[in-house]
Amino acid sequence: MKHTDHQPVAYLFIFPWIIGFLIFQLYPFIASFVYSFTDFSMLKSMKFVGIRNYIQMFTRDRLFFKSLWATVKYVLIAVPGKLLFALIIAMILNMKLRFINFYRTVYYLPSILGGSVAISILWKFLFSKTGTVNTLLAHLHIPPQDWLGSPNLALFTMGLLVVWQFGSSMVLFLAALKNVPAELCEAARVDGAGKIRTFFAITLPMLTPTVFFNLIMQMINAFKEFNAPYLITKGGPLNSTYLYGMMVYENAFRHSKMGYASAQSWVLFLIILLFTALMFKSSPYWTFYEDGGDF
Amino acid sequence: MKRRQGLALTYLMLSIIGIVMVYPLLWLVSASFKTNKEIFSSLSLIPTEILWDGYSKGWQSSGQYTFSTYFSNTFVMVLPTVALTVISSLPVAYGFARFRFKGKGILFTLVIASLMLPAEVIIIPRYMLFNKLGWLNTYLPFLVPAAFATYSFFIFMLVQFIRGIPRELDDAARIDGCGPWGTLVNIITPLCKPALVSCIIFQFVWRWNDFLNPLIYISSVKKYPLSLALRMALDVTDTISWNRIMAMSVLAMVPPVALFFLCQKYFVEGVANTGLKG
Repeated sequence: MKHTDHQPVAYLFIFPWIIGFLIFQLYPFIASFVYSFTDFSMLKSMKFVGIRNYIQMFTRDRLFFKSLWATVKYVLIAVPGKLLFALIIAMILNMKLRFINFYRTVYYLPSILGGSVAISILWKFLFSKTGTVNTLLAHLHIPPQDWLGSPNLALFTMGLLVVWQFGSSMVLFLAALKNVPAELCEAARVDGAGKIRTFFAITLPMLTPTVFFNLIMQMINAFKEFNAPYLITKGGPLNSTYLYGMMVYENAFRHSKMGYASAQSWVLFLIILLFTALMFKSSPYWTFYEDGGDF
Repeated sequence: MKRRQGLALTYLMLSIIGIVMVYPLLWLVSASFKTNKEIFSSLSLIPTEILWDGYSKGWQSSGQYTFSTYFSNTFVMVLPTVALTVISSLPVAYGFARFRFKGKGILFTLVIASLMLPAEVIIIPRYMLFNKLGWLNTYLPFLVPAAFATYSFFIFMLVQFIRGIPRELDDAARIDGCGPWGTLVNIITPLCKPALVSCIIFQFVWRWNDFLNPLIYISSVKKYPLSLALRMALDVTDTISWNRIMAMSVLAMVPPVALFFLCQKYFVEGVANTGLKG
């Protein structure tokens, strides 16, 4: 960019966003950091307590560690499951089959509804002890499972809800696959590479930027999940699905520990930041940009 | 021969996955017509006897208000939010996509960064702020941030799209005497139609399904959107007829699904056009 290229009229266009960003994003972001060193509620005025919230969180709050661990497990089940499934299906749909549009629509449909209360209700019924999934298993002579009532299975059942919404990532992968130049695959074939070799040497590297972007966005979404635990299991059984987002909500709005909840929300932010930074740091080793990655 | 078998196998697999994907939704529809007993005992999607009272009694709801209130509340909350989001995001995206100015790099980085900011981090101060402004239990916490383009996902999406529009068109417009606003209105906006439609669908679906924000900001039942009404019905109907809550869940899903089918073409194009190529 040349310095003479300054076009001040642009500020006029982005002005609304600047105002909105300052008031509704930057201010709350900084304020919650300040709040995290205080103790207050809607009724109690604000008192500065230093790092007491953080000390309490890491030394006395067992629920905090339980929730954090459950959330990490949930992220590790849901995100790779969803992306892997999305990638495989996108690969298959990219094979120039017929009725692609039909399949794509059907697979996408759950993503439209995924986060809604209606779907949480549906999941609760499908996977209840006497629910449809167990009825189906009984037909196949498989013993019924306590999908939402057993601490080992509940988190997995919630992860399934995320995998069920693989359509949104699949559409992005499909779009990326269309951008893989056919000449490259052709050239590889001429050089004697088989289908599998072509996939790993050409298609997959070309997809890595999309995988990378998806990985980050899905990870953030999974870390802040609130609806599923709140509506389906209420965090149970034995707090095994007491995900982080639900913990922050309950501390802030049910137990009126606004300062403490702010501190927890900042720890979540730092964890997400750490994961994102790790991915960015590692990305040069596994993502490939045709233009060298220049933005 | 082997190839054809493989192809048939692929189609079979895709169809099975498709059935697994859609079965839960169809099951919900069929359960809304079933008796309590049949809901759990039968896998069949066709009820032995079609009961309509899930819809009639479910709509009446158990409290003071019916689902007419909840539906109209949701529309009143969602439609202006969607409109404001699109109207405010397009000029901002245009500013970022087409002009060079000091601080552009930093400001656009902030757009992307706010995309990654989890709602949990800012929700408490926002709540305090809206409380001070007297906006709690109104729809202003949804409308005002939308009017100021704070749903940065849409800025990002539109910037990506506008970058794909040839700059020669802008130049031609300038030669014809269009200023920056004229170019935005006459050239960019019409060409952005697919992206704008995707923005509308995404924002509509997200706001329609939103549960956490209404839960925090809306306290009186009179102003409940559908998501809160369904949660309330779930708490109340614990011992009564399940088909009522199933029926209302089905109805709550109709608008987003209908919109999806109506605008499918734009939608898939729009998603593809976010491009995600940086």
